[in-house]
Amino acid sequence: MRLFSRSIKKESKIQALNLTLGMIDLTTLEGKDSPGKVKQLCYKAAHLHDQFPGLPNVAAICVYPNMVPIAKEALSGTNIKIASVATSFPSGMVDFGAKLDEVKSVVDAGANEIDMVISRGRFLQGDYTYVSDEISQVKEACGELHLKVILETGELVTLDNVRLASDVAMEAGADFIKTSTGKVSPAATPPVVLTMLEAIRDFETKTGKQIGMKPAGGIGTAKQAIQYLIMVKETLGVDWLSPELFRFGASSLANDVLMQIIKQTTGRYQSKDYFSID
Amino acid sequence: MNKKQSWVYSPAPENTSHIALKDQYDLFINGEFIPSTGGEYFDSINPATEEKIAKVAEATKTDVDKAVKSARTAYEKIWSKMASKERGKYIYRIARLLQERAREFSVIESMDGGKPIRESRDVDVPLSVAHFFYYAGWADKLEYAFPGRSPKSLGVAGQIIPWNFPLLMAAWKLAPALATGNTLVLKPAETTSLTAMKLAEIIQEAELPPGVVNIVTGAGETGQSLVNHCDIDKIAFTGSTEVGKYIMKAVAGSGKKYTLELGGKAANIIFEDASADQAVEGIINSIFFNQGHVCCAGSRLYVQEGIADQIISKLQKRMDTLVVGDPLDKNTDIGAINSVIQLDKINMFVKIGKDEGGTIYQSSCNLPDKGYWFAPTIFTDVSQSNRIVQEEIFGPVLAIQTFRTVDEVIAKANNTPYGLSGGIWTNKGSKIFKVSKEIRAGVIWANTFNKFDPGAPFGGYKESGIGSEGGVEGLRGYVELD
Repeated sequence: MRLFSRSIKKESKIQALNLTLGMIDLTTLEGKDSPGKVKQLCYKAAHLHDQFPGLPNVAAICVYPNMVPIAKEALSGTNIKIASVATSFPSGMVDFGAKLDEVKSVVDAGANEIDMVISRGRFLQGDYTYVSDEISQVKEACGELHLKVILETGELVTLDNVRLASDVAMEAGADFIKTSTGKVSPAATPPVVLTMLEAIRDFETKTGKQIGMKPAGGIGTAKQAIQYLIMVKETLGVDWLSPELFRFGASSLANDVLMQIIKQTTGRYQSKDYFSID
Repeated sequence: MNKKQSWVYSPAPENTSHIALKDQYDLFINGEFIPSTGGEYFDSINPATEEKIAKVAEATKTDVDKAVKSARTAYEKIWSKMASKERGKYIYRIARLLQERAREFSVIESMDGGKPIRESRDVDVPLSVAHFFYYAGWADKLEYAFPGRSPKSLGVAGQIIPWNFPLLMAAWKLAPALATGNTLVLKPAETTSLTAMKLAEIIQEAELPPGVVNIVTGAGETGQSLVNHCDIDKIAFTGSTEVGKYIMKAVAGSGKKYTLELGGKAANIIFEDASADQAVEGIINSIFFNQGHVCCAGSRLYVQEGIADQIISKLQKRMDTLVVGDPLDKNTDIGAINSVIQLDKINMFVKIGKDEGGTIYQSSCNLPDKGYWFAPTIFTDVSQSNRIVQEEIFGPVLAIQTFRTVDEVIAKANNTPYGLSGGIWTNKGSKIFKVSKEIRAGVIWANTFNKFDPGAPFGGYKESGIGSEGGVEGLRGYVELD
């Protein structure tokens, strides 16, 4: 595929790597997450690799709702956003009232961005109205906050479903559409991301609104990230090459990107041991 | 933001320093490289830079005669008597040697013909290799290709190939002819002789018996001498319909067999229920692949009324993202026009298109100053009676019409003297079956375009040709059946 054989090296590679760092939603979404771990993650978000000055910060950190207050405190004074999953992430298998309550509590706790999941069961049943209503009500509850809608494409299975779910989410008020929770395999894949980018392109043509995109899950290397950036550039154009409209949901991507940046600069690879695992 | 917006790809031109090209290429006759008896040479030009790459011998009638004689001797004394299993081994050897030197051949193909390295590397060379492998496998299994019949080789084949896929067309011609036990004289197109001459080096290296494959370079006159040579048993030609007609007349009554692979003006049909973005990629592939120098290019686009505006606007945006430039750069989508003659022809047709009242849209790309270039171009507001809809342009120029009903588009698709290929884009299987059954063309692609495989036959209806190449069917043109 032509998008996988574009030449990115030297200056264009350094640009792409820096761009990628600034687009990362540094993520920890595990049942065993502790306040200590979240604090460490927040510190890392603002200090990716202090030995190497001039690096951008990541765009946001992404945590479970109960960790929002901790993150809020740890990130005070930085411009790093706090994204929280909500609506009974990752399955979404509770009644809608409970989901709304969760969204409201996260808003109150001071998150900047909400990552919600759609009801895949209802979607697969063909009840698109339910899914649409659900998203628009969450959007309302979010107020000014950025809403990312997770389609969980691994459970939607077909690209036709991915396209339809993208359209439903954008019509219902999503600011971003996001591939996956990271808990289901496959997560973000190039065909799925391309399908969603095409949906975003058509939505812009139709309404003039620019919707953001967030592939998440399974993106662990700088090489993968750069391939997605090429896809974005050639499908949506350079407007989308910005954290305002494009994010990577990833936990381990940042370190690989850091390694590549240092390799580009010094000509040598450093051992992984030189990069903190927070 | 500005910094981001300037994110451009890094140039990545193929290194040419390892490419071993001679200053002069002689004729390949009886296993040796020998100069032309006329002593004339012509230049092979890199169409992207207008620089001379090498000079190539112009074969005279005497040279052609020598080549045919050596092919005849090799046929009678060696090749027709050899066990078919052994013949197969030689073809396998050619395939392997070509595979080993794939990158070298890709680079030369792009230098000599102007096609993007991405295509020569990913399509031309691997497919050529695949053809040799495929037909090598048939060599000792011919009786299974024609059950109950006993296939016999014809003798000496004269083969004339075009400039759009120089190596691939040579492979299409050589592989089945050799597998069926024929010897041959091949004439490459005069603008693109180099990969054929490099293939001659491989044939030498493979220790193919001298005279089994002979390659004579030259222009139309050399081809004419070959077609009219009295000791040729078969002519296999790929090229223009005009020359195809000449060949038919020339061989009439001579007993020579012939297969012809000629021009095309394929209909590419987009129905309302097609996946729009996929269809747009398909249109790009169907008309801009290899700068549109493709006989089966989908040069007539028919879009169903309801989605026409959407498809055309998407197509225009997509055209603006095409990277036109240095064929040796792996970022390049569209390379150089093969020759100045072809560029003139494209310019002529585009002028005709404008004069006929068509609305033109061209990709906003920058074209290099030197070399032969043409920006990807589409015409809307055209009709069946326009010349740009009727005649083969053989360049990156697409004529777009809309249609309302299935029957209407079938009638329009068939309203052409050609019948080589076609494309259908729809999500409905039944529509694919109906339309592909009723369009008179050799290959119909559904929801894809320009897909090739050595196992799949390729050939035309009407003025697009006679006989098939590829697959089991491709053997038929090189055997007599008892």
